[in-house]
Amino acid sequence: MPIRQISKTTRRRVLHLAGGAAVAGALPVMTSRQANATPAMLTSAIRNVVGEAPVRSGKIKLDIPPLVENGNTVPMTVSVASPMTADDHVKSIHLFNEKNPQPNIGNFYLGPRAGRAQLSTRIRLADSQKVVAIAHLSDGSFWSATADVVVTLAACTDEVL
Amino acid sequence: MAAALINVPKKAKRGDVVEIKTLMSHIMETGYRRTAAGELVPRDIITSFTCRFNGEEIFRAEFFPAIAANPFLSFFTVASESGKFDFEWTGDKGFSETAAASIAVE
Repeated sequence: MPIRQISKTTRRRVLHLAGGAAVAGALPVMTSRQANATPAMLTSAIRNVVGEAPVRSGKIKLDIPPLVENGNTVPMTVSVASPMTADDHVKSIHLFNEKNPQPNIGNFYLGPRAGRAQLSTRIRLADSQKVVAIAHLSDGSFWSATADVVVTLAACTDEVL
Repeated sequence: MAAALINVPKKAKRGDVVEIKTLMSHIMETGYRRTAAGELVPRDIITSFTCRFNGEEIFRAEFFPAIAANPFLSFFTVASESGKFDFEWTGDKGFSETAAASIAVE
């Protein structure tokens, strides 16, 4: 069971929480049977990957259906606008969610040999929530994209029959 | 349980960007579900995937319980020379599976 972490309150974090609350209020919120990850856990999971580096929005694109019937398998594609040369390529792509029991979805490491910085997979979403993708480029910069997904049948925490 | 599905083009022109698709059959039990009796079902997931081409690592992934059952991945690589792709999945409870595919580059 995730325990909400008590950490330094920064201006960014407060703004982030406020934004997350606004999003949650705007969507039909489903009753969750179990304490899930919080926007603060999302923020700290992202900090674990990027450290203190600034994360700018752009360059990365997150393709995920805005309305999902079954949260058990949600197809998604992430792509980054990058020439993928030895000097300028994507080193890694990280996926996060806001309200599953834990904030990480997956980490993917690629290199200039990939030719195209794009990957697809299928994920689980336990609730209607925000999905965040972050790309780490070879010059050390981080870029992010965010998508809101409405889930009608939640995943992960169902009872096993 | 030979459970991997791999899709790699058999042939490619030198320099082409080719797509690799992989699917490994696995329950990906999250560790957050409960039985009807209320007991937590222990986590059983694939935690890592690696793709090597002629021995050199070209793609690696770390999975968390939020990856759907039967993990599917699609990614790209440049067809530089003929050779062999080796895929490896490892996970909880000693899970380890491998698969291979070759490509002819002209």
